[in-house]
Amino acid sequence: MATATKKKMVQWEPADVKAELLKKYPPKVARKRAKQIMINEALENETPEITANVRTTPGIITMRGCTYAGCKGVIMGPTRDIVNLVHGPIGCSFYAWLTRRNQTDAGTDGENYINYCFSTDMQEQDIIFGGEKKLAAAVQEIYDLMHPKSIAIFATCPVGLIGDDIHTIAKNMKEKLGDCNVYAFSCEGYKGVSQSAGHHIANNQVFRHIVGENDTPAEGEFKINLLGEYNIGGDGFEIDRIFKKCGITNIATFSGNSTYDQFATAHQADLNAVMCHRSINYVADMLETKFGIPWVKVNFIGANATAKSLRKIAAYFEDQALIDRVEAVIKEEMPEVEEAVTEVRTRTEGKTAMLFVGGSRAHHYQELFKEMGMKVLSAGYEFAHRDDYEGRQVLPNLKVDADSRNIEEIEVEADETRFNPRKTPEQLAALEDAGLKFKHYDGLAPEMEEGTLIIDDLNQYEAEKLVELMKPDIFCAGIKEKFSIMKLGVPMKQLHSYDSGGPYAGFKGAINFYEEIDRLTSSNVWSYLKAPWQENPELTAAYVWE
Amino acid sequence: MRKVAIYGKGGIGKSTTTQNTVAGLVELGRKIMVVGCDPKADSTRLLLGGLAQKSVLDTLREEGEDVELEDIRKEGYGGTWCVESGGPEPGVGCAGRGIITSINMLESLGAYEESEGLDYAFYDVLGDVVCGGFAMPIRDGKAEEIYIVVSGEMMAMYAANNISKGIVKFAQSGTVRLGGLICNSRAVDNEAEMIEKFAAKLGTKMIHFIPRHNDVQRAEINRKTVIEWKPEVPQAEVYRELARAIDQNEDFVIPTPMEIEVLEELLMEYGLMEAV
Repeated sequence: MATATKKKMVQWEPADVKAELLKKYPPKVARKRAKQIMINEALENETPEITANVRTTPGIITMRGCTYAGCKGVIMGPTRDIVNLVHGPIGCSFYAWLTRRNQTDAGTDGENYINYCFSTDMQEQDIIFGGEKKLAAAVQEIYDLMHPKSIAIFATCPVGLIGDDIHTIAKNMKEKLGDCNVYAFSCEGYKGVSQSAGHHIANNQVFRHIVGENDTPAEGEFKINLLGEYNIGGDGFEIDRIFKKCGITNIATFSGNSTYDQFATAHQADLNAVMCHRSINYVADMLETKFGIPWVKVNFIGANATAKSLRKIAAYFEDQALIDRVEAVIKEEMPEVEEAVTEVRTRTEGKTAMLFVGGSRAHHYQELFKEMGMKVLSAGYEFAHRDDYEGRQVLPNLKVDADSRNIEEIEVEADETRFNPRKTPEQLAALEDAGLKFKHYDGLAPEMEEGTLIIDDLNQYEAEKLVELMKPDIFCAGIKEKFSIMKLGVPMKQLHSYDSGGPYAGFKGAINFYEEIDRLTSSNVWSYLKAPWQENPELTAAYVWE
Repeated sequence: MRKVAIYGKGGIGKSTTTQNTVAGLVELGRKIMVVGCDPKADSTRLLLGGLAQKSVLDTLREEGEDVELEDIRKEGYGGTWCVESGGPEPGVGCAGRGIITSINMLESLGAYEESEGLDYAFYDVLGDVVCGGFAMPIRDGKAEEIYIVVSGEMMAMYAANNISKGIVKFAQSGTVRLGGLICNSRAVDNEAEMIEKFAAKLGTKMIHFIPRHNDVQRAEINRKTVIEWKPEVPQAEVYRELARAIDQNEDFVIPTPMEIEVLEELLMEYGLMEAV
């Protein structure tokens, strides 16, 4: 099996694969797609430019989602004690209900609304006459039934078209209710070019309406926030377990297994650890500007990456006891991981993978595949921007197009009373010299081998073509791609929802992942994909006219 | 059945002109349905002798799916069927969607059926064609003749030119045609000549010139069309003439809207003649 795969690979040069992917497109589409398909030259440190965060050509079946999905589904969805009220026809709420497998524990207060699905269920008459009254009534109804701390309102497409003033409704209801923070998100699905716009909109409103609302001192010696971790399949539980063991206090996770008060007290942390750069870097930057909290990029996907990230956090606090404790934890956790990986490597070594997912996941999961001795042939994001591919150094040169301009950019200033630089510029410089980089992300490209294909906004056609040409041993994407890839006889792992698995983060998660990938790629079930009569027909016949 | 839509700049007198003309057609023995497509629901006030019945959309909202034709149309002057589409209060919701819903409802309830014996359906449409909803009456299979109410004022002509652009768009894919311009006089300089020239440039004609007269206002205060209020006054005769002109009209064209510069030249040529 492995040798067959290798043979396939050498048949195709990356340039040939790229040409093959573009062959069927009309010239103009091919020109545009060519700029989104990059043959990686990262090792020479002269990464060519990739086009990202641009409109998908109509007619292409994209893997992307919508702005509402990014705002409500990704960022706001995982918080357990904020009621998420979707203002729109019922489908928008129903089909976004629990589909991301964000887990949560109900906490000591038991306040958990994640398993509910709230919607104003707009009808044609609400479109014609406006849905404002119905929205206000729904907020009141939620308050009367549940008495939550906070209600978030999400606009769906028709709300933007008819111009319901959801922000004024939210403001009025907040005043009326008194002890319930109500705010709204203008995250109509059609905004922007992908779900990325929704992340930005969510970041803005979380920062504007929640962060810094609670000044009750947060306890803990080494206080951090974990940004861009969504507790899918319990990832956040595993990371929190490790933090606790190390003596690190995680004040707020944005937003896996989070609560309203976590967000409200997040300004008291001393460091922001950013996991998914794409979806949450806005909050990280704003927390730094307003409250003086620096941020570092971390990655808890992969055992080695987890160890590295823990060391980064310990290095930042410059506390020998913490550094020692982190080392002790790594030493304690690693043997089990190493045992597991040594075992699976006998089967996974040399196998190949493709990852097309998210705005960080296609990068982070390469760590795990590397640990298993597997090679990533091709990877890309659905909704990333150029900095997620090439690193933040390209930020000053990014073209801001009309689609991005359409998304609000909020101006943040240092808080008059609460701005407190956690480190002096000299301390930061000293830490930088020692190798700890702030506000820094190198992106996906440098992590990938030379000659691999980095493809932005992959689509159905290209996905099938890639699999057909390069026959990877596993393909990782989301639910929309799952079954079409499996029909091609290639195992498929969802890295949005983890199918039914997880956690895959941290040390224990790494072990789960090794076992899952081993199970998927070592199974011989795919060899039974053809029915016996397709390979050895019992009867053969020809038409009489042949 | 002839399906007629009346368009024109807001406040130009579409509703007044439509109802007075309909009264004239009634005298010619025609059976007519008037569909008001304005959220204000004031398009049939003169025919009904007061502000109207419940609008289609109000009925739909209150009755749910169980709506009968009789719930949404009311008989007015001379047996005309009066329907008000209705819509949201100013500043909320989507009036355009309301018109689409309302016309679809009328169709599905059979208001246009042969058995209703209609000679005319008139659509009185709000203002400019601002969005898809307001274009509903000129989409394929709905209104087939358009009359634009206009005056010699710049913005009225500008709106008429814009509406013509909308007609061109739908005429290319459907059956809608421009029947002519109705000049509802504002007593500006050389008005009739200018509108005639304007109409010629649009590829159509000024089908009638309605002089400004206080009797229109007086009849309105009495919640009546001029013909019903005082059939003998000269203004009543003006509307009868317009009714006859529409009844006999056979000139239906795809208009040729002009560039704004051409429109302004026209205005300079006629409008400033006296002053210079």
